[in-house]
Amino acid sequence: MKLHEYQSKQIFAKHGIPIPKGRVAVTASEAKAIADELGGRVVIKSQVLVGGRGKAGGIRLAKDSSEAEELATQILGMEIKGLPVRKVLVDEAANIEKELYLGITNDRAARKPVMMGSAAGGVDIEEVARQSPEKIIKIHIDPLLGLRDYQARDIAAGIDLPKELWRSFTEIARGLWSAYTNCDATLAEINPLVITADNRLLALDGKMVLDDNALFLHPDLAEMRDLDVEASSEIEARKYGLSYIKLDGTIGCLVNGAGLAMTTMDIIKLFGGEPANFLDIGGGARADKVAAALRIILSDPNVKAVLLNVFGGITRCDEVARGIVAALDEIKTDVPMVVRLVGTNAEEGRQILANAKMITAVTLVEAARKAVAVAKGEPVQ
Amino acid sequence: MSILIDKNTRLLVQGITGKEGRFHTQAMVEYGTNVVAGVSPGKGGEWVLDGKIPVFDSVKFAVEATGANTSVIFVPAAFAVDAIFEAADAGLPLIVCITESIPVQAMMRVRSYLDQKGTRLVGPNCPGLLSPGKSKVGIIPGDIAIPGEVGVVSRSGTLTYEVLYALMQAGIGVSTCVGIGGDPINGTSFLDVLELFEADPQTEKIVLIGEIGGTDEERAAEYIAQYVSKPVVAFIAGQTAPPGKRMGHAGAIVEGGSGLAADKIKALQSVGVKVARHPEEIPSLL
Repeated sequence: MKLHEYQSKQIFAKHGIPIPKGRVAVTASEAKAIADELGGRVVIKSQVLVGGRGKAGGIRLAKDSSEAEELATQILGMEIKGLPVRKVLVDEAANIEKELYLGITNDRAARKPVMMGSAAGGVDIEEVARQSPEKIIKIHIDPLLGLRDYQARDIAAGIDLPKELWRSFTEIARGLWSAYTNCDATLAEINPLVITADNRLLALDGKMVLDDNALFLHPDLAEMRDLDVEASSEIEARKYGLSYIKLDGTIGCLVNGAGLAMTTMDIIKLFGGEPANFLDIGGGARADKVAAALRIILSDPNVKAVLLNVFGGITRCDEVARGIVAALDEIKTDVPMVVRLVGTNAEEGRQILANAKMITAVTLVEAARKAVAVAKGEPVQ
Repeated sequence: MSILIDKNTRLLVQGITGKEGRFHTQAMVEYGTNVVAGVSPGKGGEWVLDGKIPVFDSVKFAVEATGANTSVIFVPAAFAVDAIFEAADAGLPLIVCITESIPVQAMMRVRSYLDQKGTRLVGPNCPGLLSPGKSKVGIIPGDIAIPGEVGVVSRSGTLTYEVLYALMQAGIGVSTCVGIGGDPINGTSFLDVLELFEADPQTEKIVLIGEIGGTDEERAAEYIAQYVSKPVVAFIAGQTAPPGKRMGHAGAIVEGGSGLAADKIKALQSVGVKVARHPEEIPSLL
């Protein structure tokens, strides 16, 4: 789960990282009032969960509070990469001497957190990593020991930070480490971390991504979720504990297990079709969950056929079949369906579906071929 | 022979009194696995499965009383990390964690601790292991594989069943099937299992099932080129997965141009691994 800049910076501040004075506004007049409080010269920053806000005109400098109001009006009416701007952060404008980068993320290959620092801050760090990886200093952190001060100093030295700032840099690094661990983040990043004209370090922008699997430990953070970034069908799916991702194709997929769900999408493509979604009903799914899954798939108007592929293990095929029947009673659809049931109670499942006018298949290849054919309006037996 | 589990496996089930634990213990016992004990804190002294399996309050007590040498964990995510540490501290050399949705930072601490102790963990978020005809530890259905010479290693669950089933339909048997799990940080990697299969005299060929996310398949390809003499056939799921979206498994995500199926397939093919276009093509490539 991604956090907004203002949310990330609030968390940083709680962990002792200096951030600019500022607050969030949802209207232009609020933005003006905040600008007045801050002395007039402010930065108006759109709060949307995509990169490239600056380039899109979503971050603007105002020289006084009336300009702040004007810019806030413009920005609050914008859409950036399809996302509406509903909030702006109004921050005191800083006098920037130099822009740095400091971040922590999980290094999958090393199986450890990695702290990264760079003197090339303020730009996309993935771009820096591609173009000039030598400009990024990386230090792996033992997850049982935590960040040690000497490691932070090694980064400070590696990015040629003036020595009088090392103490303050170490405190910021320590604060970022606690923010990362206390929130179970997968990314905590200050970009840019600036040196101001009066020689202080300040976290001008912040980004955090939290581990969805750890949100049960942090109910206060879970509430920060911004639902704008997700399709409504994806939000609906999460309510039922379904893992669903909408795609642009015409063949809906209902599958148990993530690997098999991806494979089902791939084989549809292999035989000339396009999958309409990824959907994993999970292990041991009950009938009501299956019914919800089918409803969500059929709510997509692009869907011309549905492929149901269930390999029973913990999931029982008869239970899945009951869910399908229940959903079809309620929805009454003409969309053709191809079903393949294998494994635990598959025979019982097939009997339950015998009257449901579904196209059956034994192998995965046969199921995919038939689904692709019916989606194109071709007849199959 | 088989790898990791066989007739000498004396299994302990952590979370044996829960719904999942009870159901799968029954299935493992029916398959012939020697389940010697269960652990459920606060329920020590009870018996499960018609009085056949004793329940203990802690892993330590269970190991002392029964000589268990392997643990399988079915406890919910909130308690699973503690369960892994407990099994490791009780001295068990092999721990299999079925539980999914364990926070990734907690898993990094687990890995760091287990590496220091020399404990092997399979999983989490995995279906476990199956050595057909010998032993089953976890949730892989026992009736979809026959004994044989092919070693199977996979990051997935039901996709693994699909592959086992396709092999069985073609009359091809399996030495051991290892589900290493779909999380970004896990206990046992492709490399660990490839090393074990290479050393196992029963295993003649290897099937590797990967998916998008991370670079484990690329590293497996490098390892195969250097150390694996047995033929390897692979399948990689997620060719049609969009970038930036987590495809169910916590580890299955294309991030910053890394973790693409196409790169993994290329890496494997470049070292002579045959890559199947779909699971049902695997038997013919073997």
